[in-house]
Amino acid sequence: MPASIPELQQRLAEQRYVCDRGLAVSLFIALKLGRPLFLEGEAGVGKTALAAATAAALGTDLIRLQCYEGLDISHAVYEWDYPRQLLELRLLEAGGAIDRAAAHEALYSERFLLKRPLLQAIDPARARPAVLLIDEIDRADEEFEGYLLELLAEFQVTIPEIGTVRALERPLVILTSNRTREVHDALKRRCLYQWLEYPSFEKELAIVRVRVPEASAQLAAQVTALSQELRAQDLYKVPGVSETIDWVSALVALGHERVDEQGMGETLGVVLKAREDVDAIRGVRVSELLARAASRATGGA
Amino acid sequence: MNARPGDALLARLLGFGRTLRRLGLDVHTGRMLDVVEALSCVDIARRDDVFHLCRALLVHRHEDLDAFDRAFEAFWGPSNPAAGAAAPAGGGEVTSGEPRPARADPMGLLETQTDVTPAADDEESLDVPAWSDTDALATKDFAEFSASELAAARDAIERLEWQPGVRRTRRWVPGRGSRLDLRRALARSVRTGGDMVRLPRRARRLRPRPIVLLCDVSGSMEVYARLLVHFAYALSRRHRRVEAFLFSTRLTRITRQLRAPRIDDAVDAVAHAVPDWSGGTRIGAALQEFHRRWGRRVLTRGPVALLVSDGWDRGEPELLATAVARLQRSCHRLIWLNPLIGTQDYQPLTRGLVAALPHVDDFLPARSLRDIADLAALLARVG
Repeated sequence: MPASIPELQQRLAEQRYVCDRGLAVSLFIALKLGRPLFLEGEAGVGKTALAAATAAALGTDLIRLQCYEGLDISHAVYEWDYPRQLLELRLLEAGGAIDRAAAHEALYSERFLLKRPLLQAIDPARARPAVLLIDEIDRADEEFEGYLLELLAEFQVTIPEIGTVRALERPLVILTSNRTREVHDALKRRCLYQWLEYPSFEKELAIVRVRVPEASAQLAAQVTALSQELRAQDLYKVPGVSETIDWVSALVALGHERVDEQGMGETLGVVLKAREDVDAIRGVRVSELLARAASRATGGA
Repeated sequence: MNARPGDALLARLLGFGRTLRRLGLDVHTGRMLDVVEALSCVDIARRDDVFHLCRALLVHRHEDLDAFDRAFEAFWGPSNPAAGAAAPAGGGEVTSGEPRPARADPMGLLETQTDVTPAADDEESLDVPAWSDTDALATKDFAEFSASELAAARDAIERLEWQPGVRRTRRWVPGRGSRLDLRRALARSVRTGGDMVRLPRRARRLRPRPIVLLCDVSGSMEVYARLLVHFAYALSRRHRRVEAFLFSTRLTRITRQLRAPRIDDAVDAVAHAVPDWSGGTRIGAALQEFHRRWGRRVLTRGPVALLVSDGWDRGEPELLATAVARLQRSCHRLIWLNPLIGTQDYQPLTRGLVAALPHVDDFLPARSLRDIADLAALLARVG
């Protein structure tokens, strides 16, 4: 457990995650108070990456639960291994007369229990508290939200056939949301709330340099400036930081030292994901964008 | 230093909490105690740390962030590194007389426009015809309604049964569906000594489809605007997942305003929220703004989209067509309601409409109570 906010930032930096002071404060407080951290923001601003970097920085496991509509207990918490249970039941039967209580005992033992992410995260057998990432909670439905509310209050799960499982030490819970749906206030109220913005040019450039060290300084600055420029355009889906990183990586893979019209034309699909957006940017405006981005890059440097 | 700085700070914090509550933030005392606890983990001489800590603990909605930032600044003094720390500014609680910051900006603008907004108050004294009178009104054009007939129509709209069609969600519940319920099957077979007597099954849960309502309130739609707000209100009263937007030159989301328990409050709130009643029409641009700002948030889970407009568009036809096509691709069914359909000699020939119509599932009239009742019936079918 890091002792101070700068130490936490330092450890995250070692995991190649650029974390500004505000986010570091929230994460630090979440660790200290044992509260879940609720990260909201557009796609690709580094919400999921923060959870992964935090787990690595704390030297613990990352347990990830991807949410979707209809996510239920059997996929989020636990499930019995029915095929093996049925087989066991047949074996017991073949072995002679079975006693109901004994059969129950044999079938509903931990041997046949499949532990899903939420149960794994609160497993008392765990050596050190994990980081539990509940990814894209906005995709889950209200039934699951309700269940989660209960779990986050007690950090315990009751399995009727076995009993109650309770975490010895609370995991660090990080929830993310892209805001495709307004998550219920009751759930957010239990959490620390952090809104993640698109980063400034300087911060994004720092991220790019750390994530794609093999890119030349010129390429990194140019692409970052282009991404920032695209975010200012009227697009259906503006690029996130992860797109910027992919874009730089793609240009490096193609052997570009700097971005030109050709390089941009070849790689536009890496950064723009809607046909209308590609049409709007391709051709006419590439040179103009490059010029504006260039002035921004030199101004910034 | 104060003899008991802890108490002084706590008192200040509670004052700050009250200020935030007055601004509409959902802050309770337990949360303030969390703040006190959290403050012991950071250096409270660092103003920005205190700021971020309070922000993370006291705000949980994106739209409250601005109000919080301003309140923090006002309450704890401007962020001047020399002044440093969370040293309280002398002023104390600042916001008593101020309007809510979230809505503060457009206020001045709005005052001058209230005369054109459809506020309901001015009609209180009019006679409202009895419910049965609406039979005669069923096929009359809304545009020709007198004020009292409009009141009756509003009544009728409120009484309509809205039962939007259902979709199969991806959640499985016990029922007569296609999937075996292995968990229950096994539990039962233990009871019967290993034999499966009857196989329990699971089915997908059914849920009403969300509705997305996009209403044109530009100049040419002026006579319908008031009824449209009532229509939106009635719909969101009967149905939990309704997202409503009004547009003329700009797009305004009115979903939250419609949640008011009383219709007059809702109409009032909507009137204040929309900056450009009866302005020009740029349907394409408004829809594009919708796609960019809201599309990914509200066009989820197979919604039915209702676009109410007369199609008089001053923008580019291609822009309108692209935006409508995208809307159709993002929803289960796109219904365009046009109050001009059925008026004498009406032909949907404006260039924008001609370009957009191929991308619309239904193009229906909406100029009389009968049309609205037909719509209610259609909505129940389109699951």
